[in-house]
Amino acid sequence: MANYHLQTPFSEDVIRQLKVGDIVQFNGTLFGLRDLTQIYMFDQRHDPPVSLQDMPCIHTAPSLRKVGNRWEPVCVGTTTSVRMDRFSPQLIEKYGVRVIIGKSGLYKRSLEAMKRYGAVYMSIVGGAAALETQQIEEVEAVYWEHLHPEALYQFRVKEFGPLTVSMDSHGNHKYFDVIAEAKKRLPEIYEKLGIINTA
Amino acid sequence: MRNFDYMIIEEVAKELYIRALCDLPPDVRVALKSAEEKETSPTGKEILRTMLKNVEIADQKKTLICQDTGLPIYMIKFGTAFHWDGAEIKDRIYEGAKRATVEFPFRGSSTHPVTRINPQTSVGEGLPVTYFDFVKGIDYLDILMIPKGSGSENMSSMKMFIPADGVSALKKFVVDTVLEAGGNPCPPGVIGVGIGGTADLVCRLAKEALARPVGQRNHDPLYAEMEKELEEAINATGMGPMGLGGDISTLAVHIEAAYTHITQNPVAVNTQCWPARRAKAKIYPDGRVEYGH
Repeated sequence: MANYHLQTPFSEDVIRQLKVGDIVQFNGTLFGLRDLTQIYMFDQRHDPPVSLQDMPCIHTAPSLRKVGNRWEPVCVGTTTSVRMDRFSPQLIEKYGVRVIIGKSGLYKRSLEAMKRYGAVYMSIVGGAAALETQQIEEVEAVYWEHLHPEALYQFRVKEFGPLTVSMDSHGNHKYFDVIAEAKKRLPEIYEKLGIINTA
Repeated sequence: MRNFDYMIIEEVAKELYIRALCDLPPDVRVALKSAEEKETSPTGKEILRTMLKNVEIADQKKTLICQDTGLPIYMIKFGTAFHWDGAEIKDRIYEGAKRATVEFPFRGSSTHPVTRINPQTSVGEGLPVTYFDFVKGIDYLDILMIPKGSGSENMSSMKMFIPADGVSALKKFVVDTVLEAGGNPCPPGVIGVGIGGTADLVCRLAKEALARPVGQRNHDPLYAEMEKELEEAINATGMGPMGLGGDISTLAVHIEAAYTHITQNPVAVNTQCWPARRAKAKIYPDGRVEYGH
């Protein structure tokens, strides 16, 4: 387990160095997207108007306020990632995204894309939106504004995190490991509770 | 005394929603701090520290703990020594929840279940969720407000077992449901368990179990013992904070129970996230309001 302080954009080498359990904080650009953003990108075939190559993307839940022409963060948190699993391999393959940030992880196909193209998944602490909002220095741009609050957001962040690497480019998946370990422990747990029928 | 100003209820309903979203109850803070001290996984410890830091920032900035402002739930107890106008109270609570959303302002999450249109008010047909109860011998109104986020609510579950399945089926269901939920409900939270009643009552009991201060045991030693047993079982899975591994997978298991039918054996699990948000007020007939948790 190592601690990293990184800067965007991320090179493939840096990302391939990261291993499950590492703690990361970073500075630079962070793109926010979620369900509808990616339905618009992949199902309705709209290329993003900005390059996502070597960049991090977060499964964002943004509450923003528009003052004149500028957007200000009110409260920006993170949403559950599994709903966006279907889009994640394409995000990595087609647009070169290096880091996907969210909560609760993605499935096997995403893990395979990470291995193949050099990308990782980082877990943020869910529910910690007050902290997250404070780490957003500026909302630099909102693309596809008509989709707000599910548009494509470009944030400038400072010391963003702490994030835990929970899926790496070497095929490791922390959530799968934790569940596998829990299942191993289950017979003993059931026995202690007096559960006989474990079907 | 007969001319109670019901606008007070509207103000309180609004204030409670905002307070619940910004100010975590002291018992939850203590439970999180104690979890952080006990946790031996470095990742789990770091996550719990981040949660505590987030609560501090929400205090300093007087802002939302989490962006999911949830669906509003109000649990109202009427003191019957004063004649309260219940229908008026229901209307004022509706308006108060709506005003909290619009005036703070924060994201409203209430949505039409078919058209998916979101009025950005946190209310709508059937919302806010309101529970009414009556208490003899007191004259005040007791309102407990819980904003329920979807990450945790989506992981809730109920099942109608039969008597032949025994109590052990209920225990297994609780452990399996929590394991299935994994990191989705933002653990470690309180696990609310309902036992007995009917299909609807058992779900309500599970929700009411979440309303108790963290770790406050059921008054019946039988259920208190089950709470302890289930807490140990859930923590023994090693799922840990945010499902990333560790010793602390739940802050507490709370059980609420009711008698059931001779042929029934129902159980419900209502999961709460680590920010177990709630706020409370007592409203007296002379217009005084006391806030708390």
